[in-house]
Amino acid sequence: MGIIRIYKVFLLLLYIALQISPVFPRVIFVNPSGEIKTISQAISNSNSYDSVFVVKGYYKESNLNINKPLTLIGTDYPVIDGTYSNSNILTVTSSNVIISGFIIKNVGVSAVNDNAGIKVTNSNYCKIENNRLFNTFFGIYLAKSKNCYILGNEVKGNGNVESQSGNGIHLWQCSTIVIQKNRVVNNRDGIYFEFVSNSSIQYNYSSKNKRYGLHFMFSDNCDYINNDFIDNGAGVAVMYTKNIKMQNNRFIDNWGASAYGLLLKDIRDSFIYDNEFKNNTIGILAEGSNRLDIKRNNFIRNGWAVKIMANCIDDNFSRNNFISNTFDVATNSKQSYNKFHENYWSEYDGYDLNNDNYGDVPYHPVSLFSYLTSQNEPAIILLRSLFINFLDAAEKVFPSITPEALVDKKPLMRPIK
Amino acid sequence: MNNFLKILHFELINVLKSKWIIFYGLSFFFITEAIFRLGGSGSKAIVSLLNLSLILIPIISIIFGTIYVYNSREFIELLLTQPIKRSQVYFGLYLGLTFPLSISYLIGIMIPFLIHGIAEPIVLTSLLLSGIFNTFIFTGIAIVIALKFDDKSIGIGVALLFWFFFSIIYDGLVMMLIWQFGDYPLEIPLILSSILNPLDLGRVMVMLKFDLAALMGYTGAIFEKFFGETIGIVISLIMMSIWVIFPFFYGLKIFKTKNF
Amino acid sequence: MIEVKNLFKSFGKNLVLNNINIKIDQSKITIIAGPNSSGKTTLIKSILGLVNIDKGDIFVNEENNRNSTIYREKIGYMPQIGRYPDNQSIRDVLDMIKDLRGIKQIDKEDELISIFGLEEHITKKMSTLSGGTRQKVSAVLALMFEPDILILDEPTTGLDPVSASKIKEIIIEEKNKGKTVIIISHIMSEVEELADKLIFLLDGEIKFQNTVIKILEQTNEKSLEKAIAKLISLNKL
Repeated sequence: MGIIRIYKVFLLLLYIALQISPVFPRVIFVNPSGEIKTISQAISNSNSYDSVFVVKGYYKESNLNINKPLTLIGTDYPVIDGTYSNSNILTVTSSNVIISGFIIKNVGVSAVNDNAGIKVTNSNYCKIENNRLFNTFFGIYLAKSKNCYILGNEVKGNGNVESQSGNGIHLWQCSTIVIQKNRVVNNRDGIYFEFVSNSSIQYNYSSKNKRYGLHFMFSDNCDYINNDFIDNGAGVAVMYTKNIKMQNNRFIDNWGASAYGLLLKDIRDSFIYDNEFKNNTIGILAEGSNRLDIKRNNFIRNGWAVKIMANCIDDNFSRNNFISNTFDVATNSKQSYNKFHENYWSEYDGYDLNNDNYGDVPYHPVSLFSYLTSQNEPAIILLRSLFINFLDAAEKVFPSITPEALVDKKPLMRPIK
Repeated sequence: MNNFLKILHFELINVLKSKWIIFYGLSFFFITEAIFRLGGSGSKAIVSLLNLSLILIPIISIIFGTIYVYNSREFIELLLTQPIKRSQVYFGLYLGLTFPLSISYLIGIMIPFLIHGIAEPIVLTSLLLSGIFNTFIFTGIAIVIALKFDDKSIGIGVALLFWFFFSIIYDGLVMMLIWQFGDYPLEIPLILSSILNPLDLGRVMVMLKFDLAALMGYTGAIFEKFFGETIGIVISLIMMSIWVIFPFFYGLKIFKTKNF
Repeated sequence: MIEVKNLFKSFGKNLVLNNINIKIDQSKITIIAGPNSSGKTTLIKSILGLVNIDKGDIFVNEENNRNSTIYREKIGYMPQIGRYPDNQSIRDVLDMIKDLRGIKQIDKEDELISIFGLEEHITKKMSTLSGGTRQKVSAVLALMFEPDILILDEPTTGLDPVSASKIKEIIIEEKNKGKTVIIISHIMSEVEELADKLIFLLDGEIKFQNTVIKILEQTNEKSLEKAIAKLISLNKL
């Protein structure tokens, strides 16, 4: 054996490699003043696994189809302007596509087609990264895709009427998707999940969307963690789903006649931990939601911290802070099948004789007025009337109408840090 | 100087020298200051102040007013033996009470706001405006009561009843109405009932600008529409003014023909 | 001069003054006497305009008192109970009334203050003063403008003997100056001492009115007290 032998083996391997992959991956440059001036030209010239680098410039293009594995990278944010034509700007129908570093704007609004800035269908291993999408009707749209990564994008809608805007990041029939560090504002729904599974939404900022900051349906086994949902038209809705983990999110300033921090509808076996609900009309509205574990959340200055309907069973609220809410808990039934346990209630005025940090008197978080208004909405016109104060005080001393079972028998004396 | 102004001047000094009025202004000051120091933000402070105003203003105005008029009986008599018209004495008495009460309320609340910065100027304005209206309304009612009933203990009892009615009974009746007719659209009757009681009117106007509209859903939207539009604001102001004017002139009528 | 014609006044169903006709002359002291709730105070309050009369007319110096308030400039009134705003001093109240009448300075004021010994109290709050002291303030207020007509409702009640005799001296002095003086009193010694004319009211009606001399002559009694007793018993029959 000698050096010659090794050299021969190398040549053999090289030969085999060249046989398998007929062409080496190439790099194609797009430059307004260069040889290839348009992105569409670059795409059609490219082979699978090529990289297309788009130099800073203004490209009036739309309906770009990527049907092979491709890396599309913008340097210094080139602009792709769809000039409001009735199509997607980028359509991905292949796996292994990366789109990164573009400003993508102006997609035509359509009542028939869900036109998007970037639409990905039937794809595996895609990565949409660091793009900025403006006025794109739908922003980033994923359908029937798996194992994709949506990172650091900004999607800003035109923010007009609900019917004229699409969703910021829209997922339909997807699984194992990671959505991270995106910023979605002024869309219809900030982030939309329908039939998605095993996916994760993290560190996103969703604000001023016309409808929901996050709209989440039929999407089991997902989690969303460390997100900010601020001042959305109707807050966040999570519906018809099980096994969700919602942790460390902030639900703030979702204020309006039918707005809530978090709407839970037909959810089960899920976890809501360490979130902050602040200045929402309703912190959490729960309907038909069972076996939820709601722990260590802060409910601060909401109209209603929690509205829990009679069709919720076996939900557990423990070690939450309820601070300065107009109403702590409202329900529409005299029965309660849920557990409130070891929470801190700023309205609690009991005492703690044995100094174990638990109040010695149980706390009934549903005030009489809260109960009356959930039975008969217009009664809330009497909010902060002296009459109501008297009524609530009387009910506290001699409870007779409010749900007896909805009680925190071990209220905390001090808030949890 | 006009006799009325002389009497007003004298009454003002007299009322301002009273410990009551100082205490009244100071309690607004200290409570407002405390709300700020305990970390209440501007809007939160206003809601707490609304609660406070709704309790303090009517009861102090009506009780202080009634007692003041009773205690001034002999002095009013003395004034009436002087060459002065009765109406001038009445104006002096009325404004001599309403001015200091309104002013100590305003100062008590405004100083902390000026120190800590004015937040929510519109809500604050409606709070102060409704507070001043209610001061005039309940002082006017107090004077009528004190003129109408010569017996001081009866008068104070009636004053308390009035306060009790406007603050508590009235809203109890509204609650019954809502309960009885819960199946019918109640927006219009509720707007009406809110307009008819000056305390409710003040409360609803402030609350709508704050959080009521959002908490009320559909009903709130209708309320907000009514009270937010010029016509609603004008109607509210007219109603408040009627509540001021009616006791004022009724009191004047009694005062002019009263046997002292 | 004061003239009351056909005066009727009732409080509710209760007829308090029933057809009163009197004439009160200048340079005379007229005393209105009568038991409690006989209508004495209501009568003088009618003259002052404090009470609205039902029927009849009252002329003060030939001016009907319904039509104006100016006539009150000529009246000095001392109420039965003098109560003043608690937080004001005597000085404040005196200044206020002077101010109302548009008078800045009057000599009589200081004289009266010293006569009644009010100097030491002059800056004290009214609420700290005794009933007697307040009564003296009322006297000063009634007298300081040197009015043509003095109307005094039980002026000596509650006063110490020294002040009481001082006020009586002043009353006689004022009469001699030509003033019209009306006093409500049921202290017989006072009536005997001061009265030129006596009007006796019972249940809102004038039981009799006459000069003291004539009353004594008529009843053939030496003391006024007995004469009155006699007249009342005669009237009852």
